[in-house]
Amino acid sequence: MNKKRNISYSTILILVLCILTAILWVCNLFVGSVDIPAEEVVNALTGQPCAKESWRYIIIESRIPQAITALLAGCSLAVAGLLLQTTFNNPLAGPSILGIDTGAALGVAIVMLAGGSWVVGSGISGFFATILGAFLGAIAVLAVILFFSTFVRNNLMLLIIGMMVGYLTSSLISLLNFFASANQVHAYTMWGMGNLSGVSLEQLPWYSIASLCGLLIAFMLSKPLNAMLLGTRYAENLGVNISLTRNLLLLATGLLTATTTAFCGPITFIGLSVPHIARLLLRSSNHNTLLPVTMLCGAIVLLLCNMLSVIPGSNGIIPINAVTPLIGAPVIIYVIVNQKKINYFNG
Amino acid sequence: MKRAAVISARHLDIGYHTGGDGIKRVHTDLNIALYAGELTCLLGANGAGKSTLLRTLSGAQPSLAGDVCINGKPLKDISRHILSQTIGVVLTDKTAIGGLTVREVVALGRQPHTGFFGILTSHDKQVVEDSLEACGIADKGTRYMASLSDGERQKVMIAKALAQECPIVLLDEPTAFLDIVSRIEIMSLLHRIATEHNRAILLSTHDIEQALVLSDRLWLLSREKGLTTGVTEDLILSGCLNNLFPHSDIHFDPLHGSYYPTVHRHKSATVVCHDETLLHWVINLLNRNGYGASFDTVTPCPIIIHIESHCHILWQEKDTSATLHSFEELVRKIQEK
Repeated sequence: MNKKRNISYSTILILVLCILTAILWVCNLFVGSVDIPAEEVVNALTGQPCAKESWRYIIIESRIPQAITALLAGCSLAVAGLLLQTTFNNPLAGPSILGIDTGAALGVAIVMLAGGSWVVGSGISGFFATILGAFLGAIAVLAVILFFSTFVRNNLMLLIIGMMVGYLTSSLISLLNFFASANQVHAYTMWGMGNLSGVSLEQLPWYSIASLCGLLIAFMLSKPLNAMLLGTRYAENLGVNISLTRNLLLLATGLLTATTTAFCGPITFIGLSVPHIARLLLRSSNHNTLLPVTMLCGAIVLLLCNMLSVIPGSNGIIPINAVTPLIGAPVIIYVIVNQKKINYFNG
Repeated sequence: MKRAAVISARHLDIGYHTGGDGIKRVHTDLNIALYAGELTCLLGANGAGKSTLLRTLSGAQPSLAGDVCINGKPLKDISRHILSQTIGVVLTDKTAIGGLTVREVVALGRQPHTGFFGILTSHDKQVVEDSLEACGIADKGTRYMASLSDGERQKVMIAKALAQECPIVLLDEPTAFLDIVSRIEIMSLLHRIATEHNRAILLSTHDIEQALVLSDRLWLLSREKGLTTGVTEDLILSGCLNNLFPHSDIHFDPLHGSYYPTVHRHKSATVVCHDETLLHWVINLLNRNGYGASFDTVTPCPIIIHIESHCHILWQEKDTSATLHSFEELVRKIQEK
């Protein structure tokens, strides 16, 4: 029975990806801008005394939160990308292409650049203001695109509208930068390069709750998401409440993109390319299995990128956005070039 | 026995709200009855409002006046959930299901019956298998949708509607873009489903030949005459099909069940032929070349054509006569005139 084999294939794939995620997550603890010997890392993790107290501090206060952030950010952005691709019935949709993370960035820019000096510091109120700003910005852009999608049926046109909205938001951000103080601009620019170490141990629970909520909503929508592969009219005929589903998708995508963008800056290419990696691996667009596979692939890719961003031998860390396109762009090019051969691409 | 209609409507107005207060009425005062166990074909020219009518009947678009009733109950009082178990649709919409297997797509039809996460019970799985079987695609269950031909894909969508277990199935041009083999297969399949599974099936189509052969009932929709319904043969023989396309250059030939361009004949010839098939094609040839055919041998036309067989034709004109050995020669003879 072919069907049985198919089910076990996806189960095995998910299992392998889980193990890979766990391995990569642990590996992330062993690399960083400061060289710490492996046995000292183990000591720090198991509560043994370290040779240097600062090493223990780095592992517990910096590397663990960063590894958890990379894991969650990868999951969130990849799932957000998948939700967008299914909602807009467009394989090239993604948070960065549709300008959703630029929307979040605008929200952050308004808070950071126009909001006054109290925000730039790491005070908890400023931290929440940043997240709220990002969330509102992302939702606003999503709502604009969703509005256009109701009467612009052409997918390419919708992508272009998304890009235009992105440019408009960028120009507003430039304007805000122009009028802001040097300190504010510096803080904002650093944020904009993408940084997975931005979440502190105290902030981590908040970030985790927000992204897990988004992921939970996504998983609860897997049935209507499958119906929406048929298009909205078929989905409606199958009893799917289209407006409710779209609003929930909007909420989930906004939550996933906005919180990640607020904490880590706009990380490109994960949302666009990881769903394709997942489909290629899984050989299916059934959301029952595609959602978990996408999530795990997102975690793996971002954990990998995070490790690559640590320049071996030197003490520097390159911005995460300098690494993600190295993995993301070739995947997209591969998918476009081979679209005739790839099943999920053809209606 | 008088059967009750599964979909009925009286004095139904259909059309759109065109934004603001604008209303575009496509049709007014339609009276509708769709019966179970029958295949009904909706015929009409492009822009006659076929899709609008189908959308209104499926509840995807509200009526402007009058109620569509499903088994006597107004459509607008039926919940989304119950409606999804009552009316299944097959559309021409673009889909993104290339990466799903045939079985997965048909299983989507079970969504109105499954729980929150859409887990299939053994009963659901059985219904899916039965639907695949009924549509003759049981051997393709594990194939990807992207690997199917257009005709096979349409069968999968019909199987999906079948798996939905709806007493009513509405199809918007299910045979468009298909070759003749697939068109006949799909129409025969739909007719079989209607009778064997006792479903009410309504489809819009431009494939009039197949519709006249397999449709139990016709709905003729035209801008000028509105909706005319009836048993296929009643409508053919009462000349209703001539009114479907009110165009002076097109007429319906009830003998051959097809539309033909009206020929403005200036000349005519008397044809003598005893084989019906042969006669039909000779008339076809004459019409195309501007001749009408007469069968009156008592007062014959100046030209008389005796057809013995397709390679033995006797051409009589005034006192001369010629024997022709093919239609090729007959055409040449006509064109000489």
